Amino acid sequence: MATQGAERYVGGGVRRKEDPKLITGQGTFVEAITPPGTVWAVLVRSPFGHATIRRVNLKPVLGAPGVVAAYSGADLADEWAAPLPMAWPVTEDINIPEHWPLTRDKARYLGDAVAVVVATSRAAAADAAELVEVDYDQLPAVVDVQAASVEKAPLIHDAFGTNKCYIWAISQGDVDAAFAGADVVVKERYRQQRLVPNAIEPRCVVVQSVAAAGEFTMWSTTQIPHIAKITLALTMGIPETKLRVIAPDVGGGFGSKLNVYAEEALCLALARRLGRPVKWVEERSEAYHSTIHGRDVIQEIELAASSDGKLRGVRVRLLANMGAYLQLVTPGVPLLGALLYHGCYGAEAYSLECTGVFTNTTPTDAYRGAGRPESNYAIERAIERLAREVGSDVVTIRRRNFLPKGELVPSPAGLQFDSVDYEKVLDRALEMIGYDDVRKEQEARRDGGDTRLLGIGLSCYVEMCGLAPSQVLGSLRYAAGGWDAASVRMLPTGKVEVVTGTSPHGQGHETSWSQIAADALGVDFEDVTVLHGDTAVAPLGMDTYGSRSLAVGGVAVHFACGRVIEKAKRLAAHLLEVSPDDLVFEAGSFSVKGVPAKAKTIQELAYAAWTAHSLPEGEEPSLEATYVYDPPNFTFPFGSHICVVEVDTETGKVDIVRYVAVDDCGTVINPTIVEGQVHGGIAQGIAQALYEQAVYDDDGNLLTSSMMDYLVPSAVEMPWFELDRTVTPSPTNPMGVKGIGEAGTIAATPAVINAVVDALWHLGVKTMDMPASPENVWNAIRRAKGGN
Amino acid sequence: MNITLTVNGVQHEADVEPRTLLVYFLREQLGLTGTNVGCDTSSCGACTVLVDGESVKSCNLLAAQCHEREVTTIEGLATPGELHPVQRAFTEHHGLQCGYCTPGMIMAVVSYLRENPAPTGDEVRHALEGNLCRCTGYQNIVEAVLAAADDLRDAPASAS
Amino acid sequence: MIPVSFDYQVASSVDDASRLLEQGGEAAKLIAGGQSLLPLMRLRLTRPTLLVDIGRLAELSYIKKSGDGIVIGALTRHHDLEYSSVLKRACPLLAYVAGLVGDPQVRHRGTIGGAVAHGDPASDVPSALLALEADFVVRGGKKERTIAATEFFTGLLETALRPGELLTEIRVPRLDANKHGWSYQKFRQRAQDWAIVGVAAVVEKENGSINRAAIGLTNMGPTPLRASAVEQALSGGDATAIGEAAERAAGEGDPSSDINGSADYRRHLVQVLVRRAVEEALSR
Repeated sequence: MATQGAERYVGGGVRRKEDPKLITGQGTFVEAITPPGTVWAVLVRSPFGHATIRRVNLKPVLGAPGVVAAYSGADLADEWAAPLPMAWPVTEDINIPEHWPLTRDKARYLGDAVAVVVATSRAAAADAAELVEVDYDQLPAVVDVQAASVEKAPLIHDAFGTNKCYIWAISQGDVDAAFAGADVVVKERYRQQRLVPNAIEPRCVVVQSVAAAGEFTMWSTTQIPHIAKITLALTMGIPETKLRVIAPDVGGGFGSKLNVYAEEALCLALARRLGRPVKWVEERSEAYHSTIHGRDVIQEIELAASSDGKLRGVRVRLLANMGAYLQLVTPGVPLLGALLYHGCYGAEAYSLECTGVFTNTTPTDAYRGAGRPESNYAIERAIERLAREVGSDVVTIRRRNFLPKGELVPSPAGLQFDSVDYEKVLDRALEMIGYDDVRKEQEARRDGGDTRLLGIGLSCYVEMCGLAPSQVLGSLRYAAGGWDAASVRMLPTGKVEVVTGTSPHGQGHETSWSQIAADALGVDFEDVTVLHGDTAVAPLGMDTYGSRSLAVGGVAVHFACGRVIEKAKRLAAHLLEVSPDDLVFEAGSFSVKGVPAKAKTIQELAYAAWTAHSLPEGEEPSLEATYVYDPPNFTFPFGSHICVVEVDTETGKVDIVRYVAVDDCGTVINPTIVEGQVHGGIAQGIAQALYEQAVYDDDGNLLTSSMMDYLVPSAVEMPWFELDRTVTPSPTNPMGVKGIGEAGTIAATPAVINAVVDALWHLGVKTMDMPASPENVWNAIRRAKGGN
Repeated sequence: MNITLTVNGVQHEADVEPRTLLVYFLREQLGLTGTNVGCDTSSCGACTVLVDGESVKSCNLLAAQCHEREVTTIEGLATPGELHPVQRAFTEHHGLQCGYCTPGMIMAVVSYLRENPAPTGDEVRHALEGNLCRCTGYQNIVEAVLAAADDLRDAPASAS
Repeated sequence: MIPVSFDYQVASSVDDASRLLEQGGEAAKLIAGGQSLLPLMRLRLTRPTLLVDIGRLAELSYIKKSGDGIVIGALTRHHDLEYSSVLKRACPLLAYVAGLVGDPQVRHRGTIGGAVAHGDPASDVPSALLALEADFVVRGGKKERTIAATEFFTGLLETALRPGELLTEIRVPRLDANKHGWSYQKFRQRAQDWAIVGVAAVVEKENGSINRAAIGLTNMGPTPLRASAVEQALSGGDATAIGEAAERAAGEGDPSSDINGSADYRRHLVQVLVRRAVEEALSR
């Protein structure tokens, strides 16, 4: 390991470097950026879910106060060198629709952009946009993934002659034999309702150009400045060298900003046409249509088991709603969980088939967990169902099936899980919740005829993050690699700049990366500055999503520090006139073994490297190094969560009374930040279980298109979380780290729903749709009682 | 129309359209971009500021309605060199991640702790029912508020 | 979004407001706290051409004892009601319900008069005022009249206010802690949400039985409403009458089906909530 000094910072809950500006209102979110002369763009969007566009009349707009320009899709057709990017053609024969920033022929979902109006003020642009006249011929719409799959369904993209986007399948072992030989087969069907990510910062784009130089700077609320730069350069026909993308402070993403959006391309095109800075600010009610949605998958999962509950085979079929177009990684999202539907459990055979389907809805894409919340939900629900079928306890059946403890354990779907120890987290979670006591109270309430019943739900998860070994991504037909980069520069004054290719938007990389670098280099935490989120400053990177940042980008920082230390050591040896082998590096200082007074600090060496007055033969000046790290494997964090709910059987309302989470994400750099990630992750998982759902009517109208109707929970709805963790370092990287950004979300949803089902099982409630809203729960009880 | 109002202790006279929302007046006319906008239905609370010392949603208020009133934004909370106890508590208890909802959260808390200086955890949660955060799951925010309440009770003169 | 352009006038008195409102015609609107109006204007679902701001009429902000009742100025904010020691003693139902409106920021701006005049069936305040059998004082020009709460809500977002009239005062009775019990059951998914169903109950008790009950329902039809069938069934009964009386609530009103709940569910829920409300009212 490069970390040769004592760990002063890693493992400590160091106060975040990001905070001082954010708590004083001095953060720079994109909307705060308004270059002089900025004009404002407002999009005109289809009010219909599906319609032919007959005519776009912009004449009434052009004379309106403040209006600078207005364009239809046809007007801007020659701006695009290529359609908007889609980076994950998951199969060879996938249907990929051309996706233009403004649609020309049809509106394929409510909110599909038809025209853009540019004016000198926000208000003038909004006023003028109302004057655009669009003649639509409304077409029958289809929003449901199943309805869109039938033969007579309205076609979203006529050219394909089908709404099917792709079928992707995988099979390991003899699945038919496993099912044929099983004593018990459980077949479950679940619906992952459609979710809206709702980062509290809506999206915003500002583009400024230097026309004479053909240069463009785009500030965008993005998680992926690097990917946006490359892909938008291709869409716009702008040389990659002439496009700079800046993601300043970004107000949350959760996958919704892991994308390349029409509005980014439009602002670039408008800036190019008009020669003025162009700004687009997303309204929240607009965002419900214009920013990607998550989930929306119908899952069928079958478990084959022996009579004692030992799992033999897992067979899964998915129907995944793509929405109307393919955004950056839309088709690949279900695949991120496709190898995990067996959960923490062993099985001799495994198969999965996923069908992607177009509908008249906002495109789906990655939303926190992306594929893994779905897979974990399915297996964790199904395993409890299996327990009940074979008369086992929900704890016992899990223990019976856990993959064995080990450093590298082959999974049923062909992956290699790192540092497996699932019993340990389950034991701890059961101990924290006081499992037997809660069961007793549950029984007492049932026996006493209480209308507020208790339910206990478990969720043992393993997830896959640290995206990813580039070679594996290639074999999955993903268009990019999974490496990340870090540069570490010792400056002449002894300060350190860490340049990272990750792009944080709440995760605290400035703090965690500083901890890593400060410990590795033996410098003060305060002396390290982390630079990110600007392709001119940090040109090399793959950005932040999929809980990858620490396990890839953080590890790159570690390795880059190692390279700096190696060079510093050569320089120290030269200056001290000893062999490098005679030096020890401790607390930021190289000293001669046995002669501690003979030493050079790393700061002194940085200065010496900068003056370059006396360097070893062949050594370059300056003390800095870059490392591009391509991980050899994914990492596989795991944990056990237990939720206790109280269900009011009269109203159907579910309250969470206890929530225990024990997670293992390997080595922890900053426990405070890790806890924060777990809290937030659980909150979003609970939100899916109990509150949130995007609802379309049959005509393609989104009925939940504001924060009043789409129920993002508040502090009142959240329980107190009781957290603990175990630490089983990953053998995949030298720091032993995994990832924690999505684990809470992946774990929480089935824990909550299992608890609701557990509370009501004796009443005959065998399943529960999400969200388990009061009305859904009440209906389930009513149906179970044989009412209508 | 002309309005006069005091923002963070400084009096401003301005010509605004009647439809100008307070938050855009603050952000675009005064350059006080610390107050964020997260929704258009008065749901998220990101835009919370104080008017005459009480929390309000500045996206749900006309600048004209604040004529001759006193507005405090996140920029006006700390005294030079010293954070307000609520700001300090948010960073000490990791009550923020992306920081977008934070200015509104903090202003809502400052107002609330004047009304209820010794709240329970559950009361704090209810006091924040109009402020949505998507990052933290709220627990650390609640912890921060409880700590700030203690702090303010111990030294009430230093920050009110 | 930003609202469409409008003219803005500050009313200097109730008479002035009434005059401005009349001059403005159909497309003129009063704004007090603006907490319901401004979101609608931002989404451009409402497009008044003139806003008459009555928010500066300090004379309409008060909570006072008056005879055997309490009079409340229309511009009294929810926050002031929630924290009013007078109300907490003499009409705790109203203080409690005011504290359930929106969120603290909304309660710092929103007014009781606004909540009443907006006539939203999903708002908690009107049904509480129905259960309290409140009276509303309205003024148009020089003419003042009093409208009983039961006569005030005439249709979806429609009230008995005539053009040029504004609500100036709300009169509620003082509840006698020895005689009156009260409850408000607000059922919603998130704290900041409107009620899926709400039930306000004021019960006049005597020796453990119910002399008289007044029940107001939130979001059980196009207007806030009284549950008269329930009230009749409760009258003269004791705790044993509650279950059956509550079942009658299912027949009250004409609830809609929407994203927050079906009509069926609301009809079920209202029975549970009426029962809980009356039980709680009887117990305190």
